[in-house]
Amino acid sequence: MKTLFNVLAVLTLLLLGYGFCQAIYIAPTEATMGDVQRIFYYHLPSAWVAFLLFFVNFLASVWYLVRRTPAADALALASAEVGVSFCTIVLLTGPIWARPIWGIWWTWDARLTSTLVLWLIYVSYLVLRHYATGGQVPVLAAALGIFGFVDVPIVYMAIRWFRTQHPQPVIGGGQGSGLDPRMWTAVLWNLAAFAMLALLFVWIRYRQALAEHALEEAHAQNSLDHDSTDNDSLNYRTEGAQ
Amino acid sequence: MTSTPSLWTITRRTLAKDLRLEWRSKDAINSMLFFALLVVVIFSFGFDPTAEESRKIAGGLLWVAILFATVVALNQTWTRELRNQVLDAYRLSPAPPQALFLAKTVGNFIFVTILEVLMVPLFVVFYNLRSVGPVWQLLVVALLATWALVVNGTFFAALSIRTRSREIMLPLILFPISIPALLAMVDATTSILTGDNSPVFWIRLLAVYDLVFTVVGLLLFEPVLNAE
Amino acid sequence: MNEEQKTGAPYLPQLADVGEAPTGGPHPPSARGRSGVSCRVPGCEAVVGECGNAAAVSVRDVVRHFGRFAALRGITADFAPGRLYVLLGENGAGKTTLLRVIAGLLAPSRGTVRVLGSENIRAVATRFGYMGHAPLLYDEMSALENLEYFAALYGIDDRDRCLQAIRTVGLDPTLQRRVGQYSQGMRQRISLARAIVHGPELLFLDEPFSNVDVRSAKQMTTLLATMRDQGTTIFVVTHQAALMEPVADECIVLDAGRLIAREIGIPPRLLTPYLAEESAALRRHPSPPGAPYLPQSADVGEATGAPHPPVVGECGNKTEAKP
Repeated sequence: MKTLFNVLAVLTLLLLGYGFCQAIYIAPTEATMGDVQRIFYYHLPSAWVAFLLFFVNFLASVWYLVRRTPAADALALASAEVGVSFCTIVLLTGPIWARPIWGIWWTWDARLTSTLVLWLIYVSYLVLRHYATGGQVPVLAAALGIFGFVDVPIVYMAIRWFRTQHPQPVIGGGQGSGLDPRMWTAVLWNLAAFAMLALLFVWIRYRQALAEHALEEAHAQNSLDHDSTDNDSLNYRTEGAQ
Repeated sequence: MTSTPSLWTITRRTLAKDLRLEWRSKDAINSMLFFALLVVVIFSFGFDPTAEESRKIAGGLLWVAILFATVVALNQTWTRELRNQVLDAYRLSPAPPQALFLAKTVGNFIFVTILEVLMVPLFVVFYNLRSVGPVWQLLVVALLATWALVVNGTFFAALSIRTRSREIMLPLILFPISIPALLAMVDATTSILTGDNSPVFWIRLLAVYDLVFTVVGLLLFEPVLNAE
Repeated sequence: MNEEQKTGAPYLPQLADVGEAPTGGPHPPSARGRSGVSCRVPGCEAVVGECGNAAAVSVRDVVRHFGRFAALRGITADFAPGRLYVLLGENGAGKTTLLRVIAGLLAPSRGTVRVLGSENIRAVATRFGYMGHAPLLYDEMSALENLEYFAALYGIDDRDRCLQAIRTVGLDPTLQRRVGQYSQGMRQRISLARAIVHGPELLFLDEPFSNVDVRSAKQMTTLLATMRDQGTTIFVVTHQAALMEPVADECIVLDAGRLIAREIGIPPRLLTPYLAEESAALRRHPSPPGAPYLPQSADVGEATGAPHPPVVGECGNKTEAKP
């Protein structure tokens, strides 16, 4: 496992490096926007990777509700956290791009707005995970994860219609229409790189979440084996037992 | 002998019980009504529009105001069941959990409708509203929009009873998921009031939203109810 | 009451026997020595306690954690039908947790629970009743309204049955007063009525006598004994062992999440309200599997020898007059 991880890590670094070359040097300069447009090669792949990760969260949530395995829960948590990170990248690169071009920090562009809603939904998922107490948090989080993902297509439909009703500047030149094929190459290379990076992050976080779970199990087993005196009970009692 | 009771019967009995209890104690409805009134007045101070502008923003203001009042209503959905641990009695019985969810959602629907019946005329008066489009369309939007808010609100209120800081958790997880529905209800209302656009797409979107989340809520309610 | 019915080795769970089928030969008759009352298991026509039917409740290695705290540390036991079991133990020993796990309100972290022959508690929901530590009632409704609603949850639409249940616990069914204004004794009785309105054959009661006046408590105890005599299996968690002593078939003592003793009736040394010393004594001399714990005179003030056959009126001990 560790060797595989290391191999993938090296591969990811190579892909990131090559993607960087593609984005900054090889891809042609955009006609109207100039070199600022190159941020697009990070903006778009991040959005796709985030979406993919939220889909993984959906699958993991369903799996957890059906099977109740800690692995499912760990995967749900990991994919949500990494997904929110990539979502944040999208939300940061958008304004960085918009400001020099249009002079405004934020446009209610369809994709950017949808990503914002997505970000809000999954941040609320993380808030539930981290601020809810009790052993049943995975169940509650899984329910919320399913609700959240089911909402995603509705969000996209709603915002796209909203945008056609109230048009505003569109970042990304109309969802990639009329994109030079060499630009597509850069996009795809960076997509591959980011997908690999996401895989690595999720892998690490997943293993960490599983380890945390194992630690809790070990503590629980420990308190089981110890003959409890009053002192022990005071130490181990965390939530109220009935 | 006893038999497994039907979904419809239990929903009906639970709803009747809730309405009766609410009627007797009136603790939730009175405070909610007053809160709704306050919200309308404060919004009127905050946004002081001319008649022409008001038609454009009234839709948004109205639904945001209703949203805040709804959260207050939703937060008390389960408090009566938690007092005296009555929820345990339901969980122990053979009654289907979906019936409880439906009964609570319909109960909240009724409460929020009562709030709207109070707030909308006030808005009309304060903003001198007159609708360009047909009023029956506004009723359809109101119906679908209210259901959209309460169906998820009731479910997330059930989620939050197992969490710390329950009152803030509910709006926190409800608002993001409700954004498309909010967009739809605001835009539909504005379209009808101003007559500028057709609300049909938004009405369809609300209908889809309602259907999808009612089904998902019914499917996922049991594990959430029994999460202890 | 025959002498023969009082002898014979009492059935005690073999703690080492994990995984054995709960049926294990005929259950010996309860020391109470009832005769002629038929077993309530559907299809069984034998006398209660003599039919060898499977255990009403069977727990295997049940563990329950709350975070890092282990409330139940591996409980294994079988409980025969038609008996009244009293669960004793200190606060925090796990009595309520065990009851909630058996009733299906809490899932065990490990282990299995079989109730009325089924591992899925939902399937037998109509056949058991639960009375919680909290009243499980709506304060703003009258007794009858409460009962009618909860009966409806069990598919019962019969007002007379609700009235009868209220009368059974000794209250006036026409009382319009809201349950929230009841005295504690009345409230506990209505809570019991709610638990039995659907005619369960298995009953779980969690501290039914807490803060209850003596008259109500005795009334409830008599009712429980009557129900047990009619074949209902009853589990009572209580701190008031003395109250249950005349009617208990077996007592089960929990300490720190473990089952440390199980006795016929309630032996005198367990009748004290606080079991700390007894628990310590039991931990020093745990019951070996298969043998009842005989009190050592060094542990307790009086030497009583063989287990006291707790048949009211025949042991020569002074008892209180039954109401």
